[in-house]
Amino acid sequence: MTTSSNTTEQERPPIIKARPLVWMREQLFNSPTNSLLTVLSVWLLLMAIPALFDWAFMQAKFSAQSGQECRQVEGACWAFIGEKHRLILFGTYPYAEQWRPLLAVVALVALLLLSTWRKLWNIWLLLVWVVGMTIVGVLMWGGVLGFTYVENSLWGGLPVTLILATFGIALAFPFGVVLALGRRSNMPAIKTLCVTYIELIRGVPLISLLFMSSVMLPLFLPEGMTIDKLLRALIAIVMFAAAYVAETVRGGLQAIPKGQYEGADSLGLTYWQQMRLIILPQALKIVIPPLVSIFIAMFKDTSLVVIIGIFDLTLAAKAALTDPAWQGFGVEVYIFISAIYFVFCYSMSKYSQALERRLSTGHER
Amino acid sequence: MSQTVSPRKPGSSRKIWNDPKFRSVIYQILAILFVAGGIWYLVSNTLHNLSARNIATGFDFLTREAGFAIGEGIIDYTPADTYSTALTVGLLNTLRAAVIGIFLATILGTIIGIARLSSNWLISKLASVYVEVMRNIPLLLQLFFWYAIISESFPGPRQAYNPIPGVFLSNRGLKMPTLEGAGVTWILGGLFLAIVLTLVLANWARRRQERTGEIFPVLKPALVLFIACPLVAWFISGADLALNVPELKGFNFRGGMTITPEFAALLLGLVIYTAAFIAEVVRSGIQSVGKGQWEASSALGLKRGLILRLVVLPQALRVIIPPMTSQYLNLTKNSSLAVAIGYPDIVSVVNTTLNQTGQAIEGIMIIMAAYLTVSLSISVFMNWYNKRIALVER
Repeated sequence: MTTSSNTTEQERPPIIKARPLVWMREQLFNSPTNSLLTVLSVWLLLMAIPALFDWAFMQAKFSAQSGQECRQVEGACWAFIGEKHRLILFGTYPYAEQWRPLLAVVALVALLLLSTWRKLWNIWLLLVWVVGMTIVGVLMWGGVLGFTYVENSLWGGLPVTLILATFGIALAFPFGVVLALGRRSNMPAIKTLCVTYIELIRGVPLISLLFMSSVMLPLFLPEGMTIDKLLRALIAIVMFAAAYVAETVRGGLQAIPKGQYEGADSLGLTYWQQMRLIILPQALKIVIPPLVSIFIAMFKDTSLVVIIGIFDLTLAAKAALTDPAWQGFGVEVYIFISAIYFVFCYSMSKYSQALERRLSTGHER
Repeated sequence: MSQTVSPRKPGSSRKIWNDPKFRSVIYQILAILFVAGGIWYLVSNTLHNLSARNIATGFDFLTREAGFAIGEGIIDYTPADTYSTALTVGLLNTLRAAVIGIFLATILGTIIGIARLSSNWLISKLASVYVEVMRNIPLLLQLFFWYAIISESFPGPRQAYNPIPGVFLSNRGLKMPTLEGAGVTWILGGLFLAIVLTLVLANWARRRQERTGEIFPVLKPALVLFIACPLVAWFISGADLALNVPELKGFNFRGGMTITPEFAALLLGLVIYTAAFIAEVVRSGIQSVGKGQWEASSALGLKRGLILRLVVLPQALRVIIPPMTSQYLNLTKNSSLAVAIGYPDIVSVVNTTLNQTGQAIEGIMIIMAAYLTVSLSISVFMNWYNKRIALVER
């Protein structure tokens, strides 16, 4: 080592070494208040975590023949989940055929994963979704390719939750874009119609729409015509999601500088050409992260169909609780399905955050 | 596109459908006709179906006897009362959950939002774990979870937890003593007086500070007012006050006041879930205030708490208020999930009503009208507040 290199070495800013004690002093005990807070929260954690660990693992029962056996221990009864996981995940779908909803879930997850691949963000994505949804439909309904037909009143569990969420948002998206364009339109009648729809839907809870679709929709239709329950719930979800998609897309449309509209005008493009070629590609790119948030919200909101009796993941869990041999393990089962919801929602929200960082081209004002 | 720019003589046979104004009128007429036709089709179907099923229409049922019991309510109600009274009880229950929920969620959310920005590593990590977990689990599931914990894990009334004398925690809910007697009204009156006097005092102190620059400490006199006014009122009333302590009689408690398991679960769920979203709103609001503001205030010698209160929060509020409004609206709308755990809110009461009368359309119109009114009132209030705190520009 030469002297000159030694001096440059000394001139550099000091490298902070993450030694535990230094780190603790700077991050945990840098002021009296912080020290107090640290001590308090460590104490709380020391109280809570061992107790929870004890309940969830040490005292828990992982296999049992009946609920009676489980009640003798203090801890959680995970044996209940082992016993009922098929009912919770796939509902009343015929037991021997339950590989089909499993494959449908895999297909839906694959569809969601494919949608995150940016090379597919063009007309191909539409094709992928059409193909994916067809595969899901064939798997779930059957009746073709040698699959036995399973009517959708027997569907249940995770596939129903995923179908309601993905189909819901996919169908709501075009509807929402049209509503957003309508709200930005300079034709007063169309604007009024769109504003009324959006504000009306956003002002009421999803439950009221679900009630509407379950009790009012049969009255709306001509005599003899019926829509099945699942489709009615899907209609309510699409109507609801469309209003929220519309508001998000409107945000994107407003963020496009006026010059883009004027430039498109000066090229002599028609309204639809302008929207399709110039405005929407830019506007939609801006709103992809908030759209993912809407998707997460819709995914969580599908649990509301419980109230009108659709057999989704949440209702399947409640159904598992009604078995008299296994009563009183609500907390375990709710933790189990919470974990499923959490995995989906958390990964989507992380994806959305990563996307936001990657899409930001530094042009934000 | 070249043919469109070919010169035209004025008054030549210009095609009317090439005129954007004309086309826009046609489009609008078509859209209105389409929507009106759709509505007319649905209404005629509905009327036909209703008459075929012998279902009455109109709101006459509101004056009939309801005939069902409601678990809890702010105003007195018996099954002999009318449907309209039952609906009022439901609406008041919704409002009670929403108002208390908004109040508590704002406090919890603000604390967690600030905790996420804390320089303490442990505190900020704990706050982010809270936010991530609570945001990503459906609210309905959280309600079921809290309800299951209360009804499955808490002991029956006979073995109720008794943390403080007079307070009992069991699977029938939380029992608390209440104050009774004429003194209660006087004490409430005294509290109200204290609030008014404090507001007047604070206003005077602010004006004096603006005029002279002297700071008048409001906190201490306000504390004195809040203790003295109710006490004086109590003495004036003749010290008439009794404690109504809940007692175990048979299988349940008598006396005192109750927070039912349904209400407790609903409130817990709503507050914990919404606080996670409010925390994010508060965090992004505080982060939107530039670092220079903090540094400049410290350079002026202000303490951290004062910087937050006098410099950062007033600026952050402008960013915070609009998303906060939508969180309040969400909480109010989400209180409709109460129907799933059996709390008698407006949706639950309407649900019973429409099962009894069969008048689904009227029932759902009542729900929608109620929520639209509440949502609109909250937006109007928050917009007024937003305008008040908005940056005053030249």
